Amino acid sequence: MATDSSALPAAASTSAAIRLEKVSKRFPGASSDAVSELSLEVHQGEITVFVGPSGCGKTTTLKMINRLEEPTSGRIEIFGRDQHATPAHELRRQIGYVIQEAGLFPHRTLAENIATVPHLLGWPKARIRERVAELAELVGLEPEQLERYPASLSGGQRQRAGVARALAADPPILLMDEPFGAVDPIVRNRLQDELLALQQRLHKTIVFVTHDIEEATKLGDRIAVLNVGGVLAQYAPPAELLREPADAFVEEFLGRERGLRELSLIPVSEITPERCCELPPSASCAEARAAMGRAGTDWALVVDDDHCVGWVDRARLDDAVPDVRAAAAPLARWITPRDNLREALEVALTSHTRVAIVQDDGRYLGVLPIERIAQRLEA
Amino acid sequence: MGRNQPWVRWEWIGDNRGQIWDQTVEHLQLTLIAVSIGFMLALGLSLLGIRFRRMYPAITSIAGILYTIPSLALFAFFVPITGLSKTTAEIGLVSYTLLILIRNITAGLDAVPPPVREAARGLGYRQPRLFWEVELPLAVPSIIAGLRIATVTVIGLVTVTSIISLGGLGLFILDGLRRDFLTPLVVGTVLTIALAATLDAMLLLAERQLAPSRRTARASR
Repeated sequence: MATDSSALPAAASTSAAIRLEKVSKRFPGASSDAVSELSLEVHQGEITVFVGPSGCGKTTTLKMINRLEEPTSGRIEIFGRDQHATPAHELRRQIGYVIQEAGLFPHRTLAENIATVPHLLGWPKARIRERVAELAELVGLEPEQLERYPASLSGGQRQRAGVARALAADPPILLMDEPFGAVDPIVRNRLQDELLALQQRLHKTIVFVTHDIEEATKLGDRIAVLNVGGVLAQYAPPAELLREPADAFVEEFLGRERGLRELSLIPVSEITPERCCELPPSASCAEARAAMGRAGTDWALVVDDDHCVGWVDRARLDDAVPDVRAAAAPLARWITPRDNLREALEVALTSHTRVAIVQDDGRYLGVLPIERIAQRLEA
Repeated sequence: MGRNQPWVRWEWIGDNRGQIWDQTVEHLQLTLIAVSIGFMLALGLSLLGIRFRRMYPAITSIAGILYTIPSLALFAFFVPITGLSKTTAEIGLVSYTLLILIRNITAGLDAVPPPVREAARGLGYRQPRLFWEVELPLAVPSIIAGLRIATVTVIGLVTVTSIISLGGLGLFILDGLRRDFLTPLVVGTVLTIALAATLDAMLLLAERQLAPSRRTARASR
């Protein structure tokens, strides 16, 4: 950090890391505001996503936090202090900044790129080298890639380097402006998972800008949906946003798959699995038919203690076999309590029996019928 | 011109070794001074043109006019003011480098991708460090391309300065023409070409040194 007096506190007493108070921005010559009277608090240690259509001022808002843009009116506090308390360039060295891959310096190797902020802060060479190696490992870059130039690396590798560069001086806040916009969907998905894993370890305050609602609900602890002109339409955790869109704009923006996306935020463990028609392995085929008749189904699970051996279908019961253990077909798919309801729904939908079987480490817990999952949507 | 004389009389070269060396050095000096001063002026004018966009057309127009004035006329114009001096020669030579250098420096700096500049600012760079560590290095290939053209042009023009009684390898060419004597003519011409080729190669090497990322990018393709 530059000097003690200007350094951002590593941890503040308040939970708001960044506070925007009636922040407006009008660009010179524009007839309307790019951002108008935006007030919101970014919570410490969370990923806050700004999402909205183009022209909604999400990037402008992000850039006002590290003063790449200055608000026309209103104020921004960072850890309880006015952002103007620190000179802009010093403030920026304490706030990580990641943009699309083009933001790497093409004339510098990855190692030099990652070392940018320590270099600006005047760290000794040995300390910079050590830090670069540490960061490379953190984001998953090979040591030999560090000596290469950005042009010779893949989009995913460049993006990892961009994240490493932003984290170099261990800033408490990270601003990310559509960082995964330029990579293909498969790599984007992996980078998103890596970011979530990284956040598990680092607990940074991250402000993430995207136009992709899918990305927003996957990454965000809290999502700010912005409408054109920088009007805050809704600010809520993803589950709440999907369940109760504040208005027609938010609903439209969330799109048709809102219900499915909401399901993907709910873990299977939130629903107590049901019991179904269960048979001990020693049951005979006749006993199986009787049990199915009583339960009103034409299939049953074969459960040995708390272990599910397989399932039997009434139509394929063959009296020639001694017991249902011999007749049982192995389970093709099941879910665990750590999966989400969207995955449970998919398993139930593709299953002949219309239920998803819940197992944890080989221990049978019960089943989730498709109707129970659907009910959760209406709740 | 005499038909029967050989292209080169080696004993003349032996007798005039000192002169040849002195004039080559003189030629090199005139060139380097012109290109250096021209580069510094052009850099300043380019920055002015980038900072104040409305000035850019005026700057390039003036440099363009200077570039179109025939060299001999320009030298002749300054002789009454600055005499038959090195200053006269350098004024002319410098003015020929400006257009090429301003264009290439401006194009190079303009070509710095906006996201790169923005990332630099976002990470805490500010001027003048941003210019020296990010913008200028990225403009190096374009700037060196300009320097190569300017240098070769000036080496050619220095031969003309001999006409206003200044040194350089042009003296031998002039001497050869006057006396209908091939040897100095050939010596002056060959050395001028050699000088141009050498400096051009050195600038090319300098670019490889200063912009290693391009080399790597090309090699890995």
